[in-house]
Amino acid sequence: MAEEKELKNLVIQGAVYKTTYTQRFENRVKYITPDPNELYSFIPGTIIDLFVKTKQKVKEGETLLLLEAMKMENQVRMPFDGEIVKIHVKKGEVIPNRHLMIEIKPTK
Amino acid sequence: MSLRSNVLDLRKRKKEVQKGGGDKAIEKQVKMGKLTARERILALLDKNSFHEYDLFVEHAAKDFGMEGKTLHGDGVIIGTGTIYDKPVCIFAQDFTVAGGSLGLMHARKITKIMDHALKMRVPLIGINDSGGARIQEGVNSLAGYGEIFFRNTLASGVIPQISVILGPCAGGAVYSPALTDFVFVVENISKMFITGPSVVKSVLGEEVSMEELGGAKVHAEVTGNAHFYAETEMECFDQIKTLISFIPRSNLKKALPHKPKNPLKGVKVEDIVPADPRIPYDMRDVLKSITDGSEFFEVMERFAPNIIVGFGRMNGETVGFVANQPMVLAGVLDIDSSDKAARFIRYCDAFNIPIVTMEDLPGYLPGVDQEHAGVIRHGAKILYAYSEATVPKITVIVRKAYGGGYIAMNSRHLRADFVFAWPTAEIAVMGPEGAANIVFRKEIAEAENPEEMRQQKIEEYKEKFANPYVAAAQGYIDEVIEPSETRARILHALQVSENKSASMPAKKHGIPPF
Repeated sequence: MAEEKELKNLVIQGAVYKTTYTQRFENRVKYITPDPNELYSFIPGTIIDLFVKTKQKVKEGETLLLLEAMKMENQVRMPFDGEIVKIHVKKGEVIPNRHLMIEIKPTK
Repeated sequence: MSLRSNVLDLRKRKKEVQKGGGDKAIEKQVKMGKLTARERILALLDKNSFHEYDLFVEHAAKDFGMEGKTLHGDGVIIGTGTIYDKPVCIFAQDFTVAGGSLGLMHARKITKIMDHALKMRVPLIGINDSGGARIQEGVNSLAGYGEIFFRNTLASGVIPQISVILGPCAGGAVYSPALTDFVFVVENISKMFITGPSVVKSVLGEEVSMEELGGAKVHAEVTGNAHFYAETEMECFDQIKTLISFIPRSNLKKALPHKPKNPLKGVKVEDIVPADPRIPYDMRDVLKSITDGSEFFEVMERFAPNIIVGFGRMNGETVGFVANQPMVLAGVLDIDSSDKAARFIRYCDAFNIPIVTMEDLPGYLPGVDQEHAGVIRHGAKILYAYSEATVPKITVIVRKAYGGGYIAMNSRHLRADFVFAWPTAEIAVMGPEGAANIVFRKEIAEAENPEEMRQQKIEEYKEKFANPYVAAAQGYIDEVIEPSETRARILHALQVSENKSASMPAKKHGIPPF
């Protein structure tokens, strides 16, 4: 198993080790610092309603869209007072998890 | 009527019931590439050793038109037999009878043989091949599962429990195997999941095949639910027999000794391991250089291969080996490898099997994914397992033993009985590269040529600390040994430990970081 694999580098505390990777290690999700201006889906589901348009001013707590998943309607709300920059989903669209739904920006 | 006719009547009745679901259903089973439940039992046990009980049990369903139907043996075969002349209790679900579905009487048969196994202190083998709960029996089938899970837990650590997945095993049914000691799966035949592909698709919109979701390979490589993977049912039965030969019948016994053998000639341990701690080798070769007959029976070979666990024999006696594998991820401890090792250590401790630890690791795997997935609580499992184990514990430090990894891998501080180190061992708070950067931060930063200074300081640190003698001076390791002496030292340590007496403080049970 391991013998057939090409050796790769793994750095631990400054030392470079020659070794092989596991599939799980190679498939690990790289961490990205969340951007508060990007709203991602947190579960796969269907956009069953969309209440806002691009450039619309929205107050904190207002519902932007409904994401139906696991037989529940999830209200996706505005996290702060701001404006809709871009909408990446359509009503009726089925989206996977961690899918960019809406870009927003705060009012200055 | 003479007695003879009663006997003939009995034979006729037996023959009828032993056909299970009948020719058509058996044909279907064969088409799926599967043996029948009865064939499986006969293939696994010693010839002519199987004795069946509850053959004439019938189902107890009263609703949905079930009352008129007969289900032979209620879809499960139970009995006792022998493997290598030693008794086992066994059940095998019969998929040809109502899809092996579990109803009240089916569950009652299984729990009967489980109770028997626990009372008689003999291993229990369960062959799972079932569509799941028998919906027509409603809450009675749920009760049945619950009774089985409860007994799995009672028997845990008392008798060996082996689950063999030879068909579907879905929904609640998966929790019985999950509670047992060893799970065996077979390519293309085993399927285990909580919710099937159709539900996953309708609820979450994720497309996945049954094989990708819960096939044999997935459980052997990704989830860690399975301990042994085979390509055919017969190979699987051979694996079970080998396992049985290594483990004791109950927690009151020791594993049966075999004839002592020397390792194969031509395997020289000093030729396997490079002196440079950054260059990998296959730790299994080291294990084979010290075990009887160079035989090593690996457990969970495909899951978290950065740590190796399994059984071998030393002077004929079973030993559990735990070893870092520098060939994969440099042998680091991470979530999966900690979980895998901790479980194996607890198994050995419960069943009186001495543990030999072969150590060569740079520490724990860094990364946000590891931290967020809980490497702290998972990594703690291995500390807990080693600390709580009271069986003989022997450690051989082959090369690196850095930081938390050094402590975790059965160090003196967790009450190892014997700690040996090769002259290549480096026992230190971290590797020279990392340590130099911290200890000499100021010198390096202020140097005219920082890189040159860094290399110089790394060398200085290496010289001073990257060896076994600092730890030896503290008595943290008992002896620095030549690699070629490894087997002899382990054999002697095992001999000395034979009547080891150690115990934990009286308690109901600990609270391990599950």
